[in-house]
This record gives sequence, structure tokens and C-alpha cells, in this order.
Amino acid sequence: MHSVSVKNLTLKFGSAEVLKNLNLDVEEGEFIVLLGPSGCGKSTLLNCLAGLLELTEGQIHIKGKNVTWAEPSERGIGMVFQSYALYPQMTVRGNMSFGLKIAGLPKAEIAKRVDRASEILQIGPLLDRKPGALSGGQRQRVAIGRALVREVDVFLFDEPLSNLDAKLRSELRVELKRLHNRLKNTMIYVTHDQIEALTLADRIAIMRGGIIQQLDAPQTIYNRPANLFVAGFIGSPAMNFIKGETVDGGKRFKFGDVSLDLAGYEGGAILDRPKAIIGLRPEHLSMVDEAIPGHTIPAVVEIDEPMGADSLVWLLAEGRQMSVRVPVEHRPAPGKQVHLKVDIAKASLFDETNELRI
Amino acid sequence: MANTPLAAGPSGAKPKPFITPQRAVVYTVLIVCAIFFLFPLYIMVITSLKNIQEIQSGNIFIPTMHPTFDAWEKAWNSACTGLYCEGIKVGFWNSIKITVPSTIVSIIVASLTGYSMANWPFKFSEVFFTILLLSSFIPYVVMIYPLVIITRELGIYSTLPAVVLVHTIFGLPLLTLLFRNYFASLPQELFKAARVDGAGYWQIFFQVFAPMSVPIFTVAVILQVTGIWNDFLFGVIYAGPTNYPMTVQLNNIVNSAQGGKAYNVDMAATILTGLVPLAIYFFSGKYFVRGIAAGAVKG
Ligand SMILES: Nc1ncnc2c1ncn2[C@@H]1O[C@H](COP(=O)(O)OP(=O)(O)OP(=O)(O)O)[C@@H](O)[C@H]1O
Ligand SMILES: [Mg+2]
Repeated sequence: MHSVSVKNLTLKFGSAEVLKNLNLDVEEGEFIVLLGPSGCGKSTLLNCLAGLLELTEGQIHIKGKNVTWAEPSERGIGMVFQSYALYPQMTVRGNMSFGLKIAGLPKAEIAKRVDRASEILQIGPLLDRKPGALSGGQRQRVAIGRALVREVDVFLFDEPLSNLDAKLRSELRVELKRLHNRLKNTMIYVTHDQIEALTLADRIAIMRGGIIQQLDAPQTIYNRPANLFVAGFIGSPAMNFIKGETVDGGKRFKFGDVSLDLAGYEGGAILDRPKAIIGLRPEHLSMVDEAIPGHTIPAVVEIDEPMGADSLVWLLAEGRQMSVRVPVEHRPAPGKQVHLKVDIAKASLFDETNELRI
Repeated sequence: MANTPLAAGPSGAKPKPFITPQRAVVYTVLIVCAIFFLFPLYIMVITSLKNIQEIQSGNIFIPTMHPTFDAWEKAWNSACTGLYCEGIKVGFWNSIKITVPSTIVSIIVASLTGYSMANWPFKFSEVFFTILLLSSFIPYVVMIYPLVIITRELGIYSTLPAVVLVHTIFGLPLLTLLFRNYFASLPQELFKAARVDGAGYWQIFFQVFAPMSVPIFTVAVILQVTGIWNDFLFGVIYAGPTNYPMTVQLNNIVNSAQGGKAYNVDMAATILTGLVPLAIYFFSGKYFVRGIAAGAVKG
């Protein structure tokens, strides 16, 4: 039994189709991150799961129960919002117990749950304050607490950390991971921060235009992106793309005067494709002084950007701009002629016509 | 010694001249406006405190040496409004009887309608909103006669319920817009959070939104109370002579032709009539501005 199961979900606002025949199965206790550019429908999908939007078509099952038409409070979900959405005139305790009071739980039970949640989140001393007297990080903790006390199986997060500053964000990120390890609930988490996605997720769903492009473990998404969009979206700095063609029955990739040996590529049948694209991550390239035929691309160093431990070097290869990540002590001088060594096992090949990974 | 050059130079905030040209202009305009509005009030107050001989003999601008509240007493208790000589207090209580229910009913209906439109969109709610918007531009004079017929058919013409009904109806378009815009400007996620918590239509309204909406309720109360209190026309038309509001009674006092003009009584009666809206503005001006600003942010 899946914890959450979305079947053929379509959602329209007027005539605009925001989610298109979307399917998603989430396992018990899984941490799923929905990642994608602004406007791709992440929040919309989450709101559908929460019952805050009416589907145009399709079904939603939570814990095996068809909740397509159920009220938000009947679905066994808790939700945390980007803007915290705390009730400003209630104390922290009031915020956390509001839903429980409406559900008609006995006072003792409410107090017990609030105490347990506030102990987990370390907000005990704040219980009698109003949200206005809390910092952003504290507010988000309270918002998480409000979801926690519901003692539900599925938590929905809509960019919960994006209103916080960088330091607090990384702190709370670790805390969320700890929370998930402790509670083992199913979590569905929307973000457009790649780092959050890569660090938190058991599986990432990359979305674009209301369609899930790829649903896989973070490492798979990173190393074997299913299509050009995913490849370009994940990774910062972005993957280097070079247009060319595959020749010799799929044994070599040719562009300009360069020809790369494709032996060792991990993927499907390459074949001869007149329009192909090779994707190389900056950290999967290295700089060497001597050319190795079939394995290197000649390039000229333009500028470099030292970033602490690493340096990002920008080069011109065959008139194309490329970036390479090197240890900061190996920074080359601008104008230097170098050769970029390609690790073909970590490269990605795409067919330009359908943009899918080969 | 090393500090000397530092200490010698300017430090701290840059001093600003007290009167800059901009300020001079602003203050001049404000003072002129204040005089323009306060001067009549001044004349009214000093005249109401004079006795009739002083008014006939003295200068209208000069305050009296022997202030007396006789005129006020007379205006309140025994001035003649047409046939009866019971003072303006009758009108005062009539105005209260008209204003209080009209204000309460119109605000309850408008806040719930605005809340529904902002947060519980129903079929055609946008159409409804447009109609509402347009209807607040229709000159109300157009609707006076139809409403006379309607209230007559309902059998309430020339009664208190008729005038309350009319005031309520005319208050609704503007108030509903006001509430709709205010509720639409509250964070949507708050509404969603309350839904997830299991709160329904009434619980969200009373427990989540209403406590956050004191400014807009204040604005609505001020708008309605002052508007209805100052109304003359609907009072004359729909209320019937026994229920004439204070404004109508005031008019009758001032126009009643019995003996010489008792300017002091007229002035006192006028001030008494204006006291309620004046007091309301005085005590809630701060909330009024705050509420208007809050409602205006988003639409
Ligand atoms: N109530 C609505 N009415 C009409 N269109 C809407 C509505 N809500 C969202 N949309 C549209 O649906 C699309 C998806 O919106 P959604 O909020 O799900 O995006 P998102 O992926 O969460 O983006 P972001 O990262 O900016 O939060 C957008 O194009 C948006 O303009
Ligand atoms: Mg969103």
C-alpha cells in the first residue's frame, strides 16, 4: 500500500491546464521533494493533496483510502507553509491546539500532544508568546509543531525554509532531516532550492509545466538525468552542453575538430545520431597539459572564480564557453592553453530531437 | 591630542533647519484649512452661549461676557419642531433607533458577504462582484421612488423598519467591497492553514479572521454611523413624522416660524446634532486611518 498515491491528476484554472495527467506514488515513510522552476505547479500539486483545491480529473489516495473528495482535515495530513501562516492573535500554544480543539479532543490529550511536539522542536519556552514576538526560525518551528500535533502520517511542506536567511535555513534543514529520521512519517516537500532537494530527499520529483519529468533518487537525478531539462536544472554551476553528432555506429561523439571516444558510456544504445548533445558536469572534467586523442577537448582559459576550496574555471573550447571545477591550488592563468579530460562514464548523452537521455 | 581634529568636525545627525520651504507651504495650507473649518464652529459655539438680547445688539464675532446654557437646555428639551415643542431630544432618540440597527445589520451582512466572496468563491462570484462594483456608482436618487413602492407593498412605509431597511440596503455595496478587499488582502495561507486544521466557514470567520479585522470593522462602523446619522433625505421620506431623525428635527426647529429667530437655540441644536459624528471621529480617527490604509493595500 502506498502512503500517497496520485492517479491521472489533471487540474485546470479556467482553461489553463496547470497539472497534466500526473501520477505519483509515494512509499510509506518516504521523503519526497518536488523540485522545479517557479510556476511549474508544485504548490498546486501540494494543495491538491491537502484538499485545498478541487481536482479537475483524477484521484488521490492516502493510506489506501480514496480522499479525492475529502475535506482537508479528514485526509490525515499536516501542512506547513512558506509564510508560516500562524494565527497572529493566538499564542503559540493556541496555534498548536486550534485544530485539536476543533476536532473535539479532550483537554488532557491536547496538552499532552502540545507538550510532546514542543519538546521535539524545543519551543517549550515560547508557548505563551504570540507569533509577533517570535523570530522567523521560531515561527517556522511553531508552524511545524502545528502540523506535528495532528499526529498524522503525511506531512506536506510548501517551501518552509525559503523565508529564512541562509544560516538558519541550513540549520533547520538538518533539523528537518533529524525529525524525519525520528518520526518516519511520509513527507512531501516543495522547494526550488536544489541543495534542500539533494540533501533531504529519498526521491526527487523534478517538475516542469505541470508534468513530472523525472522521479528518482538524488544521485540518479544528478548523475543520470532523464532529459535535457533535468540535466540543465540540477547542478550549480550548470552542466556543460555541447552539440554534435554520434558517428561510427555510436562509438564516437564528434563536434568541430574534436572527436570523443564513447566507450564506457553508461546508457542505452547510442547509434548514429546526426543531432546529439553531450552533457558534462564541471566537476567531471579535469585539466591536463597534454592532449589524449579521443579523451580531451582543447580549450583556452578565460577567467576563474575561486570559491573557497574549489575554483570554477571558465574556458573557451571550439568557440563554446565551458566551466570546470578544479581544486583552488590548481588554478590556471588566464589565456593558458589546456586540454579538458572527459570522464565518459559520468557524461550524459541526449538526442537533440526528443531531448531524452540516450 | 590625536582626537582633536576628529572632535572639531561635525558629528552625529545633520541638523535640519526648522522651517524648510516645503514645510512652510504644508503648514500654511493646513492652517488656512483649519481656520476655514473652525471659524464657523467658533461662531456657533459663542452664539449658542449668548442670550437673545446680546445676539440682537452685539457683534457676532465677539464672545459673550455672560455665557449661559439656557439655549442648549431649550434646544434639547423644549424647542418647537413643527407641531410639538419637545426639543431636539426626540430626534436624538429617533436617530439612535435608526442608526444602531442599520449599522449592526449592514455590517453583519456586508462582512459575511465580503468574506464569502474573498474566500469561498462560488459560481458567478466574479459576476456578482462586478455587479456590486457597478451598483455603487448608480445615483441613489434613482432608487428612492421604487423603494417607496417596495416599502409600501411590504406594509412598512413610514415606519422605523422601513428607514432601517433602506439604510441597510444602501450601505451594503460599499461595505461589502470594503470587507471583500480587506479579507482578500489577508494572507491566503492563513485561510488554508485554518482549513487544514479543520475550521469551517464560521470558525474561520469568527476565530481567525474577525480578531484580525478590528481596523476594518472600525472603519465600517464609522462610515455607517456618520453616514446614517447625517442622513436627511431617507429620514424624511421613509421614517414617518413620529420617527424623524435628528437632522430632520433640526431643520424643523430652524425653520419653524414662531416669533423672532432664536439663533442661539438654532446654533445649540445644530451643535448637538453634530456631536455624535464629531465624537466618533475624535475618538477613532486613528483607527479610521489605519483601517482605510489596511483595506487599500490590495484589492
Ligand atoms: N488561483 C489560481 N488561478 C489561476 N492560476 C493559478 C492560480 N494559482 C496558481 N496559478 C497558476 O498555476 C501555475 C502553477 O502555480 P504554482 O503556485 O503551483 O507554482 P509553483 O510551482 O508553486 O511556483 P513557485 O515556485 O513560484 O511557488 C502558475 O502558472 C500560476 O500562475
Ligand atoms: Mg509555490
